Amino acid sequence: MQVRIRIKRFNPERDPAPYWREYAVAAEPSDRVLDVLHTVKWQQDGSLAFRRSCAHGVCGSDAMLINGRNHLACKVLVKELSQPITVEPMRGFAVEKDLIVDMTQFFEKYRAVKPYLIAEEPAPEKERLQSPEDRERYDDTTKCILCGACTTGCPSFWANSKFLGPAAIVQAHRFLFDSRDQGQADRAGVLNDASGVWRCRTIFNCTNACPRGISVTKAIGEVKQWLVRRRRSKSSKTPS
Amino acid sequence: MARPLIRHQYDAVIVGAGGAGLMAALEASKGCRVAVVSKLYPTRSHTGAAQGGIGAALSNVEGDKWEWHMFDTVKGGDYLPDQDAVELMCREAVEVVYDLEHMGLPFNRTPDGKIDQRRFGGHTKEFGKAPVRRSCYAADRTGHMILQTLYQQCIKQQVAFFDEFHLLDVLVEGGRCGGIVALCIATGELHLFQAKAVLLATGGFGRMFKVTSNAHTLTGDGCAILFRRGVPLEDMEFFQFHPTGIYKLGILITEGARGEGGVLRNGKGERFMERYAPTLMDLAPRDMISRAVYKEISEGRGINGQDYVHLDLTHLDPQVVEHKLPDITDFVRTYLGLNPIKEPIPVQPTAHYAMGGIPTNLHAQVLDEAGQPIPGLYAAGECACVSVHGANRLGTNSLVDIVVFGRKGGRHIAEHAKQMDLPSLPAQPEARAQEELNRLGSNLGGESAARIRAELQQVMMDHVSVYRLEAGLKEALAAITTLRSRYRKVEVSDRSLRFNTELEEALELGYLLDLAWVTTVAALARTESRGAHSREDFPARDDAQWLKHSLATLRENAVALSSKPVAITRFQPQERKY
Repeated sequence: MQVRIRIKRFNPERDPAPYWREYAVAAEPSDRVLDVLHTVKWQQDGSLAFRRSCAHGVCGSDAMLINGRNHLACKVLVKELSQPITVEPMRGFAVEKDLIVDMTQFFEKYRAVKPYLIAEEPAPEKERLQSPEDRERYDDTTKCILCGACTTGCPSFWANSKFLGPAAIVQAHRFLFDSRDQGQADRAGVLNDASGVWRCRTIFNCTNACPRGISVTKAIGEVKQWLVRRRRSKSSKTPS
Repeated sequence: MARPLIRHQYDAVIVGAGGAGLMAALEASKGCRVAVVSKLYPTRSHTGAAQGGIGAALSNVEGDKWEWHMFDTVKGGDYLPDQDAVELMCREAVEVVYDLEHMGLPFNRTPDGKIDQRRFGGHTKEFGKAPVRRSCYAADRTGHMILQTLYQQCIKQQVAFFDEFHLLDVLVEGGRCGGIVALCIATGELHLFQAKAVLLATGGFGRMFKVTSNAHTLTGDGCAILFRRGVPLEDMEFFQFHPTGIYKLGILITEGARGEGGVLRNGKGERFMERYAPTLMDLAPRDMISRAVYKEISEGRGINGQDYVHLDLTHLDPQVVEHKLPDITDFVRTYLGLNPIKEPIPVQPTAHYAMGGIPTNLHAQVLDEAGQPIPGLYAAGECACVSVHGANRLGTNSLVDIVVFGRKGGRHIAEHAKQMDLPSLPAQPEARAQEELNRLGSNLGGESAARIRAELQQVMMDHVSVYRLEAGLKEALAAITTLRSRYRKVEVSDRSLRFNTELEEALELGYLLDLAWVTTVAALARTESRGAHSREDFPARDDAQWLKHSLATLRENAVALSSKPVAITRFQPQERKY
């Protein structure tokens, strides 16, 4: 079949402003949008720039706005989309070139939640024990591939770029609900901050955007509840 | 165009941020200043695509011994692995799995809270008697968890990262390594990293084949650059085809699917592996199953006579499929529109793993043609050949390899880098890289890199894949020679500096062409069948002539072949039956 695809192009070395360009390429209905982008790049315009690597939804390189919604280009098929297919860079980050955005801020926020196991006691000789139920508690948020689809699809993030954003909160959740982790105090500050979880207005765009099917909004809600519980238990301990 | 040059000095530079690179960085940074240079953001590395598990004889669910793991690895590799290296790997596997757990890796758990283990191809108890549960796993995303966990630890340890820097040159001067030159993809600037130690962890090169499980970025950069600098490549004729790639797409369906009870069926609905490997059946090693699939197809027993077979999970408990194999279930639903709980999955062998690569010793030091370590130069992971996989890698052993030998290399660097001075560099260390970029960036030859790559992938698939024959290999060699000369006329239309991904792809194609050339030359020379190298014209293993590693060195624009002995310690070669 013939596919029409409109791509938002911008090379700051050359172009005064972004512009739209439409391409017509041959494709199969079962082709990924990434395949269509490759056909454009390999047959029509080599300068088209986008990130990609694994091409099956596990590396998180190719998140972009496709027909107005965040997707991984390798995980959405031509037959699922109306034409012309429109492709733009994710919103909220500076565009470096065509579909490539500057992810620096995104990874700074990731780092801000201390995304690593914090455990005080020395490790045992063998593994730390963890029941299957305790392991299940944080399973959903271990799936995150840091693609940015949730954060750049979040209206609260568009309104205020200082907002930590769903992806960083998902990472915090992954450790807060891991029975082996003891970093609660280390992470509470940044999560409870003015730019922390309370900026989330439960809009669910993040959950809809997540290519890994993580219940992002639910995870954020659990982090909010955890902060509330933590405040209550702290205030109850404070002598009156 | 003269690009700006930015200079850095570190004790150690790690190139590549998959499991091997990050593990090396973690260890090395305990003793010296380390920078990690990677063409992708670290979490995009292909370790993240590994699914089924990491093998270690923990005995958490049934009795197991590292000696059995060692035997399986040696036999699986058709007696070509170096047994001293395999012994070290299988012993240390146990410790590194506990290490990963201590770092926070979320393994699946047994009811009593230990790391859970599942069956995997070629892994047995009591030296081949029956399958054993050895693969430690996290659903079907074990590699993702390893990659994330190691990156998390690197952040905790404040390792310096240079993300989206493309390796252009490794500076090997006067018999030692003094650093690397890389291209900053975002700006187009050249960066010189002067270092006492360089560890390459640049992964494999499956993109030389049309159907592959490998990411687009797996183009063998480190291997090809060292080859051009006169470092030999070892055992390049051995390339593994994983039997269960999604039909046409090549996307991997983990062996864990068969570990959980899935079976392969041909067009007649027969469980054909019963005929090829009566004991292990669908859990036989990958090389044997890939050959069996090709045989079934060539004898007309593909599905509807076509070039694929079925992986059948429909008899499994749907809970097992949903919970232990969630990602592959999602892939099958997304890309094929099928529900694997109710319908069989169309699969075909997919180019998966390079057993060969840069020769290294037990400390991950790179060896020259005489077998001597090149001071300051290290390699680990798929780009290296230590050799633990020999002629055919067992499932789960790539993850073992990257963490064990990444750690060995990192430790050696931490111990030795401090005592060394920074090596001196030639006057213009970036000259070669600059020249290559200039040539590619100003060519007006009109050749398309994409077209050459597609032709290369087709010819490799046709003649250098699961079965090989002298005539076909010669045809491939002639085609590659032509493609290599056409490559000199490749034109890059994008002349900009920032994110010039067209230029990157042209560079990567150059690496693939060189490695395809070496692979084919080595495959033509080895007149026997061993592991993944299967010559229809020489169907038997020939230990008298060929129980040896091959070394391929670039000499006067030709591939010169030599050999080195196999280290045999505990297990004498036997006939390989399953």
